[in-house]
Amino acid sequence: MILAVASGKGGTGKTTVAVNLALSLEMSQLVDCDVEEPNVNIFLKATMDTHEHVTVDTPTINVKKCDYCGKCADFCMYHALAVVPKNVLVFPELCHSCRGCALVCPRDAIRWKKRIIGTIDHGTHGTVDFYQGVLNIGEAMAVPLLRSLKKKIDTTKHVILDAPPGTACPVIETIRGSDYCLLVTEPTLFGFHDLKLMVDVVRHTAIPFGVIINRDGIGNQIVEQYCQKEKIPILMKIPHSNEIAHLYSQGIPFVERMANWRPKFNTLFQQIHEEVSR
Amino acid sequence: MKQLAVISGKGGTGKTSITAAFAALSKNAVLADCDVDAADLHLILKPRIKKTMKFQGLKIASIDQTLCIDCKKCYDSCRFHAIDEEIHLIKESCEGCGVCAYVCPVDAIRMVGRDSGFAYLSETRFGPMAHAVLTTAEEASGKLVTLVRNTAFDIAKQKKKEFILIDGPPGIGCPVIASITGVNLVLIVTEPTLSAIHDLERVMGVAQHFHIPAVVCINKSSINSENTSKIEEYCKKNNIPIVGKLPYDTTITQAMIHEQSVIEFSDGILSHDIREMWSKIREVLTQNG
Repeated sequence: MILAVASGKGGTGKTTVAVNLALSLEMSQLVDCDVEEPNVNIFLKATMDTHEHVTVDTPTINVKKCDYCGKCADFCMYHALAVVPKNVLVFPELCHSCRGCALVCPRDAIRWKKRIIGTIDHGTHGTVDFYQGVLNIGEAMAVPLLRSLKKKIDTTKHVILDAPPGTACPVIETIRGSDYCLLVTEPTLFGFHDLKLMVDVVRHTAIPFGVIINRDGIGNQIVEQYCQKEKIPILMKIPHSNEIAHLYSQGIPFVERMANWRPKFNTLFQQIHEEVSR
Repeated sequence: MKQLAVISGKGGTGKTSITAAFAALSKNAVLADCDVDAADLHLILKPRIKKTMKFQGLKIASIDQTLCIDCKKCYDSCRFHAIDEEIHLIKESCEGCGVCAYVCPVDAIRMVGRDSGFAYLSETRFGPMAHAVLTTAEEASGKLVTLVRNTAFDIAKQKKKEFILIDGPPGIGCPVIASITGVNLVLIVTEPTLSAIHDLERVMGVAQHFHIPAVVCINKSSINSENTSKIEEYCKKNNIPIVGKLPYDTTITQAMIHEQSVIEFSDGILSHDIREMWSKIREVLTQNG
């Protein structure tokens, strides 16, 4: 089973839920899909063993063949190429690697070179198999790295994906193909509003989902009332607690100090597993 | 006119609450909510929409099945796996490159406009505001950020406003880059947690990569004083001014629930600290050229 942990709003507790859940299961695979700001391993502290570069193809111009006709730049929807007198400028960060420029070039002057945009790291902690993607600073596009990262998914294990915040392309790429989405929110106005946006996204993808309310008690009843009305199951409430917040600030998963939470996460997983199997 | 972008790397550190407070303090600003895929600033500022602009991000392929001869050239050429073997478009995967339309021998594919959301120009109790809504499961949020920023820029110029205050998205990728390109200063809001410190260092890297000056605010500083010291050391070592050190204070949540900025909601210590921070930022903004 592939379980994605997502939220819309940032800082609601996606990583907290993903890590504590992975640590409460036997044979889990935890994948940090927040490649812009990966935080899982601050908590998991896995021993890392492999690092591989992720590359994308970007065009390179053979100036001996090019006659500066400008067809490549006209074709490129992403403005990754510009033809100026006696030169073709390539803006690699804008390139989506569609290869359209090479297709339209009448003089076969475009070749491809690999450009590193980030890394995929692997490690283990106990029985948790861990992967993370790390986007290089200054790179704009998380999706190509995410696609490579998701090839590491091993469905013989209990797979948990820690999604990035927001509701746009990196989130959609993360949750695509998942069997279930856990939406982590907090009972505040912002948490509620972004939960609604995320519910729209998950409904659009037709993936079954449920909600976890984190920092329960900090705000008001708005999230609960909404979930009741929309018949969205609230699967867990994590109380607003100084102890949990302090452990979080130090990078300690709270199941390691509050052992009574392990069976709760275990039950949560079984409950989702049953619903998905049905 | 000076532009300030409020960013954080990590989500949930308090960007929007702080931007809303600045909106209440700055008498002569335009607000821009650039967190277009999880926008929240409007919940506090309650903009009255004056002008709506349709946003078309990337184009999208449109396949005419009656013309298709099933040669599968488009299927073979698409790098995004956005066309399946039965030659149906997978809308969510299409990045609008146009390769399929180019290789189709019978012109069965056209690239068409793709409605991906709306940008708005609005009026709030603190001045004009530019904001947007991205349609569910649409892409190109970086482009929509640029549309919001251009909208804010035009109205700021027209009304001779002194500042543009940008509420930025979390992360370090394209919406963040689009939010900070060309601004005069970024304010990075962090908190004393190991995650936020890690994310601060990465987003600081992005600001440096684009040569944008940055200042830091440590929010919720009282939740872990040891980590607060770590942030202070990091900033000192890297010559990044700390313009504010706010205590952990539930007033921020209370104000949000009451749909008000902290400044309007309370006259307590937090409001006092945010006032001081704004005057420091104002000074930095007006000094820098």
